Amino acid sequence: MTHISVTVDGTAYEDEVEPRLLLVHYLRDRLGLTGTPVGCDTSNCGACTVELDGASVKSCTVLAVQADGGEVTTVQGLARGGVWTPLQRAFHERHALQCGYCTPGMIMAARDLLRENPHPTSDEVRKALEGNLCRCTGYQNIVRAVLAAAEEGEGAEESPAPGRRTASGQEVTA
Amino acid sequence: MTDQADRADHGAERTEGAEGEVGRSRLRKEDARLVTGQTNWTDNISVTGLLHLAFLRSPMAHARVERVDISAALERPGVVAAFTGRDLADALGSLPCAWPVTEDMVLPDHPPLALDEVRHAGDPVAVVVARDRYAAADALEAIEVDYAPLPPVLDLEAALAEDAPLVHADQGTNRAYDWPLRCGEPYERVRERADVVVRRRYVQQRLIPNAMEPRAVVVTPLAASGEYTVYSATQIPHILRIMLSVVCGVPEHKLRVIAPDVGGGFGSKLQVYGEEAVALALARRLGRPVKWTESRSEGYLATHHGRGMIQDVELAATREGRLLGLKVDLLADMGAYLMLVTPGIPVLGAFMYPAIYKMDSYEFDCTGVFTTRTPTDAYRGAGRPEATFAIERTMDELAAELGLDPVEVRRRNWIRHEEFPYDSIAGLTYDSGNYEAATDKALALFGYDELRAEQRERAERGDSVRLGIGVSTYTEMCGLAPSRVLRDLRYSAGGWEAASIRVLPTGKVEVVTGTSPHGQGHVTCWSQIAADVLGVPFEDVEVVHGDTLVAPQGMDTYGSRSLVVGGAAVHRAAEKVVDRARKVAAHLLEASEDDVEFKGGVFSVKGSPEARRTIQEVAFATFTSHDVPEGMEPTLNAGHVLDPENFSYPHGTHLCAVEVDTETGQTSIRSYVCVDDVGRVINPMIVEGQVHGGLAQGIAQALFEEAVYDTEGNLVSGTMADYLVPSAADLPEFTTDRTETPATSNPLGAKGVGEAGTIASTPAVVNAVVDALRPLGVTDVRMPCTPERVWEAVRAAGSGRPEPEEAAR
Repeated sequence: MTHISVTVDGTAYEDEVEPRLLLVHYLRDRLGLTGTPVGCDTSNCGACTVELDGASVKSCTVLAVQADGGEVTTVQGLARGGVWTPLQRAFHERHALQCGYCTPGMIMAARDLLRENPHPTSDEVRKALEGNLCRCTGYQNIVRAVLAAAEEGEGAEESPAPGRRTASGQEVTA
Repeated sequence: MTDQADRADHGAERTEGAEGEVGRSRLRKEDARLVTGQTNWTDNISVTGLLHLAFLRSPMAHARVERVDISAALERPGVVAAFTGRDLADALGSLPCAWPVTEDMVLPDHPPLALDEVRHAGDPVAVVVARDRYAAADALEAIEVDYAPLPPVLDLEAALAEDAPLVHADQGTNRAYDWPLRCGEPYERVRERADVVVRRRYVQQRLIPNAMEPRAVVVTPLAASGEYTVYSATQIPHILRIMLSVVCGVPEHKLRVIAPDVGGGFGSKLQVYGEEAVALALARRLGRPVKWTESRSEGYLATHHGRGMIQDVELAATREGRLLGLKVDLLADMGAYLMLVTPGIPVLGAFMYPAIYKMDSYEFDCTGVFTTRTPTDAYRGAGRPEATFAIERTMDELAAELGLDPVEVRRRNWIRHEEFPYDSIAGLTYDSGNYEAATDKALALFGYDELRAEQRERAERGDSVRLGIGVSTYTEMCGLAPSRVLRDLRYSAGGWEAASIRVLPTGKVEVVTGTSPHGQGHVTCWSQIAADVLGVPFEDVEVVHGDTLVAPQGMDTYGSRSLVVGGAAVHRAAEKVVDRARKVAAHLLEASEDDVEFKGGVFSVKGSPEARRTIQEVAFATFTSHDVPEGMEPTLNAGHVLDPENFSYPHGTHLCAVEVDTETGQTSIRSYVCVDDVGRVINPMIVEGQVHGGLAQGIAQALFEEAVYDTEGNLVSGTMADYLVPSAADLPEFTTDRTETPATSNPLGAKGVGEAGTIASTPAVVNAVVDALRPLGVTDVRMPCTPERVWEAVRAAGSGRPEPEEAAR
């Protein structure tokens, strides 16, 4: 077991973890932050995309121990005081999601793009999101949403401030 | 909904002429939790004492299982139990097939865990139960299995030879069934009087559905009373409840099945899977809650595939291009077992080969063939994309043969709008449509004549990047379905859908639906339907679904049925609520029921507008029941179970322009235009989204995707890194538009939209690729039209060699 300290969506955590534990499983199974889903096992789909120390990463391809001392932002840490970011709003308004499984990763990857390139063309959006797969939308409305969020100034946003966290881990009784 | 949603909603687009909620692009109620990560996927569920399952799967396509030793796995840290197929044999029956398409269909046993033999790579042989998912996965390597290899069965034609090795030796054949259909004049007779006969073979490659959420199941037992709650990433909680009851011997009333948030399905979650049954059996045996979540690569082996057919198509026509007859011979790859509706998929397609065309004869024969591959079953379109591909590709071949424009050949044969309702040669009654209108609109949007001119110009100057234009004028049958038709097709269940509406004392409304959405936006659309009929605000409607306890009656979501059957049931139930409320209102207003009008949620007496009661006031009055009509049951609540009279027949015209680089084989889509007629539209935004997604999957079959097996029966495209699910960078912008001829078979006038884009688009794209290369002598490119295949086709045509015949996979 290895000791790690990591800040996720503004909250600091200390944990003992197996060195092989994937960051996404740490988020989901240990912290109960199930907003970040897993869609594949080969780093192709991007559903698990989060931000680690200012860069977007696929959290199925990062070990929890690699996040030691780091700061992680997930989709659950984006909204502040219940107010959505321009990207979250744009995804809703442009119907850029259907089942919504790829949405957290898609939003996190688009956020990374807009930080680097606040006013992309639609081709640039398509290329930048190449590592995030969606099976429902055919991508057209995702592209529209990212362009709309750019108009709304998503890319001009400062680095992430602590956001609202939601305990999504469910207790279920039979 | 959040305040953001409300604000954004303000300017929502409306269909022209739409006054109420229906026809309006309402933003989705579903989105709030999905964009904030407050989701409830099955894998998110955690309970005290939860144990995790992992399955050991066969690495071989076909083998005798001579020994399975789990003892070493039990010694591994964190392992609680492990079981072989034999260990669980008395707790698990065979997995069900609900569609015995013929009386003499061969239906082999399908044990959830293999007993003596494995029949496809990925067939499970043992299961480990451990304290966490890592421990369960680790322990798999400690299980010892002795396999005695048996020959794989992979080639559909060779599998039917007399001395072929058998997938199920005890059945004595690899032939699952023969299913014939004969319509109109005998084909041989019309063939004799034909001027032209076009015969082609097409291969529908196997596809992997790839819902973004992998499958998962959680079972929580209440062992003392023998009750179990099954959470599953399924499209069919209601069907699953019945089937798990049968497979596991747990009485149906002791099972509750919940489909929580479900991340896509496309048919792949229209299934009763072995892992679901094993999870229930283990929760029962151990008295502990259990969870299983598949990995993507595991799912590629264990979740059913789609397509997998060889089609021999023959079209007989006059020299003017008028169709006389169509003959189709189909070999359909069942895979190793017949799962829930495996054998019925080609049968669903059987009725759609004649498509929108008039002809005198139609003959169809399908043979289902067992192979040692993952079972096939429903994948978006389920039989109809295959049929549409075959007829639309062959219509292009006929046009080429006759030197006619492909659109013109279609025009000469399609059913004209004044001929509806039209009894198709295959025996369906197409209720409504206007193929001319959709086609004319699509041609104009596409700039068809200009693109043809450019194509000629570029061909003349010898441009190595060739322009190709593809057309697909499709229709399809969806909205499953009239129960009596399903009976005639030997399907084991009905096709009705249930809805009930509860009007709460405060005037808020709960709609309980038997459909089980997983991305389609039912909560939003059903709210629109109910709000319009009841005259209540959209925001005041909640839609409850996907839980057999709270929505006890349903036939679930597949086959583009939810709106036209389930949404229509909501409409009917709401009308019944209004009828009840009218009685109470008339009583309160001391008026005759006939004199009471209802508009915008208000009951009023004709001629005295001040005498009025809102539906909310009536709801409260009914709740107190202090003063309801004598003898009236004191409730406004009502339900409706709707069994449709007919299928729904969306149609449309899709046009695709591709640029094909003859030097590299690379195809890129330059423009894609589709005009779909899905009848009356509840929510145009959602309809457009369904079309986009459908197009993406149909285009993916044309250009990108294939489940590839090697000669040993190993799935070579076994991970998402090897199987090309297209990304945003691989797909074009789509131009979508609609025409609207209302369906006559449901009160909404709506037609299904979920599968239309997939059904229509594949032939449009391949027709475009072939159109680009036809002047070079190319007459077909097998799907997916990868650069390698296109380049090979160009090279073969240029050298005068016949195109390479690949072994049928």
